[in-house]
Amino acid sequence: MSRIAGRFESLRARGRKALIPYITAGDPEPSVTVPLLHALVEAGADVLELGVPFSDPMADGPVIQAACERALAHHVSLHQVLDMVRSFREQDSDTPVVLMGYLNPIEVMGYEPFARAAHAAGVDGVLTVDLPPEEAAELVACLKAEQLDPIFLAAPNSDAERIRRMTENGGGFLYYVSFKGVTGANRLDVQAVADKLEQIRGHTDLPVGVGFGIRDAESAAQIAAVADAVVVGSALVTRIAALADRPGEIVARAPQVIADMRAAMDRA
Amino acid sequence: MTQTRRTDESLPLTGLPDARGHFGPYGGIFVAETLMEPLEELRLAWEKYGQDADFLAELDHDLAQFVGRPSPLYHAERWSRQLGGAQVYLKREDLNHTGAHKVNNTVGQALLAKRLGKKRIIAETGAGQHGVATATVAARLGLECVVYMGAEDIQRQAINVYRMRLLGAEVVSVESGSRTLKDALNEAMRDWVTNVDNTFYIIGTVAGPHPYPAMVRNFQTIIGREARAQVLEQTGRLPDALIACVGGGSNAIGLFHPFLDDDGVAMYGVEGGGYGLDSGKHAAPLCAGRPGVLHGNRTYLMEDQDGQIIETHSVSAGLDYPGVGPEHAWLKDSGRAEYVAVTDEQALDAFHALTRTEGIIPALESSHALAWAQQLAPQLAADRLLIVNLSGRGDKDIHTVAALEGIQV
Repeated sequence: MSRIAGRFESLRARGRKALIPYITAGDPEPSVTVPLLHALVEAGADVLELGVPFSDPMADGPVIQAACERALAHHVSLHQVLDMVRSFREQDSDTPVVLMGYLNPIEVMGYEPFARAAHAAGVDGVLTVDLPPEEAAELVACLKAEQLDPIFLAAPNSDAERIRRMTENGGGFLYYVSFKGVTGANRLDVQAVADKLEQIRGHTDLPVGVGFGIRDAESAAQIAAVADAVVVGSALVTRIAALADRPGEIVARAPQVIADMRAAMDRA
Repeated sequence: MTQTRRTDESLPLTGLPDARGHFGPYGGIFVAETLMEPLEELRLAWEKYGQDADFLAELDHDLAQFVGRPSPLYHAERWSRQLGGAQVYLKREDLNHTGAHKVNNTVGQALLAKRLGKKRIIAETGAGQHGVATATVAARLGLECVVYMGAEDIQRQAINVYRMRLLGAEVVSVESGSRTLKDALNEAMRDWVTNVDNTFYIIGTVAGPHPYPAMVRNFQTIIGREARAQVLEQTGRLPDALIACVGGGSNAIGLFHPFLDDDGVAMYGVEGGGYGLDSGKHAAPLCAGRPGVLHGNRTYLMEDQDGQIIETHSVSAGLDYPGVGPEHAWLKDSGRAEYVAVTDEQALDAFHALTRTEGIIPALESSHALAWAQQLAPQLAADRLLIVNLSGRGDKDIHTVAALEGIQV
């Protein structure tokens, strides 16, 4: 069983929902990332999503675009991101790590070399925003050969056939994008999400995580009531951005938003 | 030069792309999931109306009565004599309404938007020509129009920005990334993903996710279809070579495509060589880049060793783009077309040469194609024939040219 599947199974046994924070690797500078990942686990994260910075993050709103720009100012490459995961694994062999990003850096490294290196570093899943299932066969095969879970994004306008295809090819969990838009927008509609999740669950036993638009403890708790996992990106990255000129304070202060969400989710 | 070189005779050239938008390994659909549904809606509409007699009749009417087609194929006799070799013919896309080939595509896509009942049009623009052509058709059809333009390009192309605003479009300044065309495209995609239900995205070139590269090509092949008939009528023969500038590549594919099966016709796509390929400051992904994935398709890109897209440079804002249409990537690999680069300086030289010998002020984009003709024609006998796509007029560029020459206009 993959580390992600094992984590969801043990959470389910304890009646708990997964909290999945996202940070961009190397934001605002590379030395912050590994200590911050550990601090997020301390704050209650069950799975970590680590963004691979890209120059043209087409699906992201201004908050994560800016995070990519801060990381790229330090020339953070996919190789370095894998080094960060390897370093994180020295002290944490339990918490699953999912890489999230765009296809081109992986194309440049090559699918097979990337999958081998990611597995060796201790990565568990790979989510590629601009790779729909129609184009994904080759990368999916390479990931699966290295026991990595390919994680697909489903959207409000994904029809049954597309969801079936994603769940057949994907692993770990299915990431449901809560609205039509870019990351960080304020358009969350909990009832609409609940309705769509019911439809998705008719097609798959994979856990379903929900992301986009979860900005505070209240919305995290509302989504946790209907989903298997809550993914939080821009709300956390906003805290990091506010401390970008005081990077020494990020590890101590930014994870508080995750701790608050954890508490609200567990109370519900 | 009369015989074209094909590196692999087994590679098909026509009948592409395949059902999912592939030109060999290039093209395809690489977008966030939310865009899959609108792209499918667009593909179905394009396939339906592309065969629909009423739609095609309306398109033909608009191209004739609104755009002013057919555009002339003009024998540049004086310039040809001065070059002392092949005869140069210019396909006068600069004479279209709005001053460039871009309108051939925006007229077509706007008619599709109307059929789909979309009330809001968005577009990206670099030099502003596509933005103006989009704002123009939106004004004519009474549709809301938002144009994304890099902050850097807004500085360089102030006149086109004002034209778009006169036409009723909202011009949004894009401040992210390199603040040029690629960032405008990112921002337009973000708008589209947010407003898919009421918005039609008119992409201005033969790049982006399927069906855009094929659809935009089909709207632009009017250039090559006319040119082929005109050259046969005027000279009784096919040309020896076609020359067109390549940014995203829509004017080039529009000229090339109807000649792909004419084996004796060579094709040259001319990229923006900037300060020279060795300088690294250029916009020539086919000459000096490598394949990757950006903006919804796999194609040649300007990127660094980590797969980050790098900033491009060209004197011409319309060529200042790090990618290129996937069909050009395929024509390059297949050997059917040859891709070359000319520098800013060579393009400016050709700009002045055409202006002074023929009384035609060409766009800086088109001046790159002219610069290649300037190099090629003298090597050929006087009975050889070149067609250069004069894709746009240069009025929009006179401030740029003046500034480069230290003149205050």
